[in-house]
Amino acid sequence: MTPMQLIFIFTAVASTVAAIMVVTRRNMVHAALFLVMTLFGVAVAFVLLEAPFLAVVQVVVYIGAIAILMIFAVMLTRNVTDDESGHPFNANVRLALLSAVFVFSLLVVTLGGWAQFSAIAPFANTSGAVAQLGEALAAADGYVLAFEVASMLLLGALVGAIFVVWPRQAEND
Amino acid sequence: MLDNWLFIGIFVLVAGVFPAMPIIMFHLFGPKRSTPQKLETYECGMETVGQTWVQFKVQYYIYALVFLVFDVELIFLYPWAVAFDTLPLLGVVAGVLFIFLLADGLWYAWQKGALEWS
Repeated sequence: MTPMQLIFIFTAVASTVAAIMVVTRRNMVHAALFLVMTLFGVAVAFVLLEAPFLAVVQVVVYIGAIAILMIFAVMLTRNVTDDESGHPFNANVRLALLSAVFVFSLLVVTLGGWAQFSAIAPFANTSGAVAQLGEALAAADGYVLAFEVASMLLLGALVGAIFVVWPRQAEND
Repeated sequence: MLDNWLFIGIFVLVAGVFPAMPIIMFHLFGPKRSTPQKLETYECGMETVGQTWVQFKVQYYIYALVFLVFDVELIFLYPWAVAFDTLPLLGVVAGVLFIFLLADGLWYAWQKGALEWS
């Protein structure tokens, strides 16, 4: 077994365990922190697949932004963390388990029958890919328009978010 | 390529071990003579009031949202910054315009008083 495989197995097990913890924890803050661990495991998987840019995006956006936003949302909403009574499963648990097992076995059968699944594809040369992406983003014959439109979109999101969240003057007076 | 990530991996490992070591070592070697005063939650010397899990002010959410937008902006600026030394002038201008448009949003937030603490 190569070190790469060891790292992969360790990350896969850790992120799966963390994912199970996310859905079983009653404390929402703990669930959110376990979600961070799962997302970090996915980032490590991206690194092992030689997709460094996706790994960076995974850490910066998913862990840095989305998970933090979730923790914020949990802390800002009603005292959900006190609500640790009750059963974590509802009446649909059997149906959900059945469909999950069905989908999983379907995936195993389908992917197992696919000859390419176990074949090891050579990695594309990804060195310098981020710089190429940057050049393409800012090039006039590339994606410069989309680049600026993305900026406008983010601006719209920022202004819209502040407008929606900001308390109305009339309600304060 | 993966060798570079090995350093980051070692760094992450050290980052985890480094804060864990003092805690573990205190548990192993530290003297344990606890009094009720010692077992109180430490909050900068103040006496703690109420529960740990309290509802935070909604104003924090604006900070989170502004942070989120600039975090996504980072994803676009990261490849731009990596390619910076090979970019033509137009490419640099495109990036500066990108930053300027978003700085506009920061200006709006500032104008609106979203960054003020009331």
